[in-house]
Amino acid sequence: MNDASTTDEPIVDHEPTPRDQLGGPLVVLDGVNKYFGELHVLQDIDLTVHRGEVLVVIGPSGSGKSTLCRAINRLETISSGQISIDGVPLPEEGKALARLRSDVGMVFQSFNLFAHKTVLENVTLGPLKVRGMKSAAAKQEAMDLLDRVGVANQAQKMPAQLSGGQQQRVAIARALAMNPKVMLFDEPTSALDPEMINEVLDVMVGLAKEGMTMVVVTHEMGFARKAAHRVVFMDAGRIVEEAEPEVFFTAPTSDRAKDFLSKILTH
Amino acid sequence: MDSVIESLPKLWDGFTTTLFLAVVSGVLSLVVGTVLAAFRVSPLRSLRIIGATIVEIGRNTPLTLVFVFFVFILPTTGYILPLGRVPAVIALTVYTSAFVCEAVRSGINSVGVGQAEAARAIGLGTVQTLSLVVIPQALRTVVPPLINVLIALTKNTSVAAGFAVVELTATGRSLARDFPTDVLWMLGGVAFFYLVITIPAGTIAGAIERRVVFSR
Repeated sequence: MNDASTTDEPIVDHEPTPRDQLGGPLVVLDGVNKYFGELHVLQDIDLTVHRGEVLVVIGPSGSGKSTLCRAINRLETISSGQISIDGVPLPEEGKALARLRSDVGMVFQSFNLFAHKTVLENVTLGPLKVRGMKSAAAKQEAMDLLDRVGVANQAQKMPAQLSGGQQQRVAIARALAMNPKVMLFDEPTSALDPEMINEVLDVMVGLAKEGMTMVVVTHEMGFARKAAHRVVFMDAGRIVEEAEPEVFFTAPTSDRAKDFLSKILTH
Repeated sequence: MDSVIESLPKLWDGFTTTLFLAVVSGVLSLVVGTVLAAFRVSPLRSLRIIGATIVEIGRNTPLTLVFVFFVFILPTTGYILPLGRVPAVIALTVYTSAFVCEAVRSGINSVGVGQAEAARAIGLGTVQTLSLVVIPQALRTVVPPLINVLIALTKNTSVAAGFAVVELTATGRSLARDFPTDVLWMLGGVAFFYLVITIPAGTIAGAIERRVVFSR
């Protein structure tokens, strides 16, 4: 597994916002349940993400971690319970939901860049069509963001012409262009070749250091150690364990977490 | 042969009528069919049911019956349409929209679900997601089947000949009566004028296809 290669790196730049300086609750999940037919994929999830916090969600496949992440901007509906963002419960459908989603950045495992638009157009689409920004201003801001994630020189290319790592960085820039309150990352490096993982993680670590609130579904322990305030371990639809990264990776308390970590660490 | 040249003005009139039916019904069908396709992929169940019902009626009814309905049945209920082109355009549109809808819908389904999710995730609404992200990508797969539908529509306009519209086929029939010894030439002339519509349609389609193509 790729995870091991980043795990042993020395922990540098470990300076996310200190825990006690985090803001108030931003994303609150309260008694959330979800069923896929008979399958109970999210079971009584209570979780609060504070302003400025970087939360890593980890767990075996099928544990419900991606579903949890996607439920936060209602790409997955939930069966019961409540999710609120910045004090506003998620609207059911329509304009209110679209407005709320515009404040929640999302980065997908499979990038999902708009295949018929250039890199630059991918980043400007939201600001132009959702925020109603002027074209010149949107372009300028998009170029700044592309520069920040290191792909400004690819602005006029089509997504298919870029490497996976580049595409994912564009996807991050696209989400940032909406000035989101919180960023969701659904296994952002799982579809990448090993040599491209770090270029994406570096961008994410940079974001974390700037104080972006982030929910990151990932197995990248290097990232968790460098940037996360808290690790949540999920198994079979439940949150089994929550701890600071160092504590979680060195001294997990639950058997499921120990078993899981032993499996991914021995590679 | 001389009789064909002599009949050219009549054939030309028939041709313009056929062209009118094909173009007007074609444009209307593209609009109505796309709206129906949007209904059929809508998150609202009621819209999906309405879309599916209209489409199933339109594409499972023989075109002649659709004409009979608008020319003979509808007037008996009090809605009297002017005879001629108007009911023909309506009948052709109702029938063709159903096929346009299904072609567009299959194109929409060919666009990965992740594209729509990404669009919704940046805050685009349902209509914007479809019009800005999904449909532009669906076009790529939708153009070839749509052209088939439009070529079929051009040929289907000949059904109007049976309902008091003097288009190409009706013109050909009357010319065949006028020049019984040159029937083959007359029908050849009629066929030629259909090709004048359908062959450029295919060529234009190829050009559009090359324009909307892009690699994923």
